[in-house]
Amino acid sequence: MTESSSRGATWLAALTENAAPVAGYPASVRVVDAELADQPCRYIAVLPDESNPYPRARSGEVGLIEGWALAKAVHEAIDADRATQKRTIVAVVDVSSQAYGRREEAFGIHAALAGAAGAYAKARQAGHAVIALIVGKAMSGAFLAHGYQANRIIALNDPGVMVHAMGKAAAARVTMRSVDDLERLAADVAPMAYDIASYATLGLLWRLLDVGSADQPSQADVISVRRTLTSALDDIRSDPTVDLRSRLGGPNRHASSLVREKLLAQW
Amino acid sequence: MTSAAALLARDSFVELDARGRIRALFDGGRFRELIDPFERVTSPWLLRQGVVTQSDDGVVVAKGEIEGQPAVILAIEGAFQGGSLGEVGGAKIAGALELAVQDNERGIPTRALILFETGGVRLQEANLGLAAIAEIHSAIVDLRRHQPVIGIVAGTVGCFGGMSIAAGLCSYLVVTREARLGLNGPQVIEQEAGIAEYDSRDRPFIWSFTGGEQRARTGLVDAFVGDDCQALRDAVIALLVRGRPEVERSDAYDHYLDRLSRYDPVRQVTPEIVRQVYERGEGT
Amino acid sequence: MEKHQFQYTAGAPAAGRAVVGVVGSGDLEVLLEPAPAGLTTVRITTSVDGYGKVWQAQLDRVFKGTTVGPGGPAVALEINDFGATPGVVGMRIAQVFGALGADAGAVS
Repeated sequence: MTESSSRGATWLAALTENAAPVAGYPASVRVVDAELADQPCRYIAVLPDESNPYPRARSGEVGLIEGWALAKAVHEAIDADRATQKRTIVAVVDVSSQAYGRREEAFGIHAALAGAAGAYAKARQAGHAVIALIVGKAMSGAFLAHGYQANRIIALNDPGVMVHAMGKAAAARVTMRSVDDLERLAADVAPMAYDIASYATLGLLWRLLDVGSADQPSQADVISVRRTLTSALDDIRSDPTVDLRSRLGGPNRHASSLVREKLLAQW
Repeated sequence: MTSAAALLARDSFVELDARGRIRALFDGGRFRELIDPFERVTSPWLLRQGVVTQSDDGVVVAKGEIEGQPAVILAIEGAFQGGSLGEVGGAKIAGALELAVQDNERGIPTRALILFETGGVRLQEANLGLAAIAEIHSAIVDLRRHQPVIGIVAGTVGCFGGMSIAAGLCSYLVVTREARLGLNGPQVIEQEAGIAEYDSRDRPFIWSFTGGEQRARTGLVDAFVGDDCQALRDAVIALLVRGRPEVERSDAYDHYLDRLSRYDPVRQVTPEIVRQVYERGEGT
Repeated sequence: MEKHQFQYTAGAPAAGRAVVGVVGSGDLEVLLEPAPAGLTTVRITTSVDGYGKVWQAQLDRVFKGTTVGPGGPAVALEINDFGATPGVVGMRIAQVFGALGADAGAVS
């Protein structure tokens, strides 16, 4: 995948009007300080890098360096804004997976992704508004590291937008079913489905947004997304809580609330 | 004591199931289980897929005391569906951690131990497992502000997937030789990257990179103990006494970026190279 | 996946409840709770199809014979099975009744 076809790169450029990235980050992690609703906003995306020194992380996967670099990008925002207005952080999400490789496991990619996830969580808990904008894939460990700690999650309504724990082919192999079987099951089991409309029934998304083109957004598309990001920001600012409880209550997450009620009653 | 006698005198932790492990860790083996099996809060998603459910969905939530201080243990039952997390099991862990945070905000010093015996997300519940794991991550980071959060990876299942990220967020990790801690399961890496990159049937190879001993030697975990209940409990107590670390491992991005900058990825990695880079800070 | 249900004559309600086992490969979970006097009910959910008669025979031996028998405690047993052999089934059933005597709470 070349950089020009990366939705992450496209949307990051569009939302920041091609502002120059912050120095000191690898080519696979683009960090841009710009604005949202006339206020400081750090936009972060993970991008494909054909020249990534790590051969298993060249197609936009979140690998070792990407994980720690995401952590750095978010921590530096937290540290810089400690005594001042806390900038918004927008994770532009188009991540097909974590990196699979010997180097990655050897050096502890699990710890690198924990670095990223932990940083985003800390930012939110410290009062930064964190918004995830899913423009392509949001898969598994990569999404846990980059986007899933956001206060609010927005997804574009597009066939190329997908949230899941494992790609279809790999999931079929691991569960020892055919891809056809998996798709049949997914029709009946909402959390297993791959399409974003089914994901939306889980109650985890704040907004599912129609755009003219997710691959090559028009100016109208960009304005629409910016407006939605601003609404999300307003919603976060008017919410006194900074945890993830807004994700509870969807009809397909009934058990998630029941368990919490019972734990509270028995605590 | 001869080594045979020593082996016999050992009280294996690895062989215990979730409730047995909890019993071994709490003071006097006393605990109170929340949402116990008789409540039958089972997976809403498995039966329709022809999968037999376990009454506790493979996660046990137990409250008790460790050295007289209140604690909650979240124990994953590795024998059920490979310890994979679904909606209910995930909510038990996240919800209990959230309540531990609330306790601390009210002055009750509840600490949390997580027994990681898990392949990560339960694929039959995919997105609900993944979402629950994100909530677990959030709750660990929240609780860490008040108390050290301690994870144990004992084996035989080990800790993989999104829960390995949760382990990476813990303040301290205790492992045994039998344990493995890694992001991706060996079979998935082999499928994605090829057998030359990662041979999922080569057990010594896998343990040489992700086994408890290597993780301990390379500073990715905090205590490496024998498979013995007393040794594990003692290790947990010692870490609780140590208190919250000055810098959480997952916040040490500068340290890890610096160390990784000394490794040239053009060479394939070996266990010795990892020790060289992490243990000794040497370049390759 | 199959479900089976069996009922047996029993005595007074059991004096507690217990749970043993795990739904792991080759294993089973058994939950035991008191039932009203006179009737024991066993409900089985199993991952292996076609073994109804084998379950029947084994449970008949337990509840009609001398292991628990018609004078034994009236229980509601719930079994969640993942392909255990009759040997393992027998072990877990003995274990859950044994746990009744020792400790009235959850036991592993």
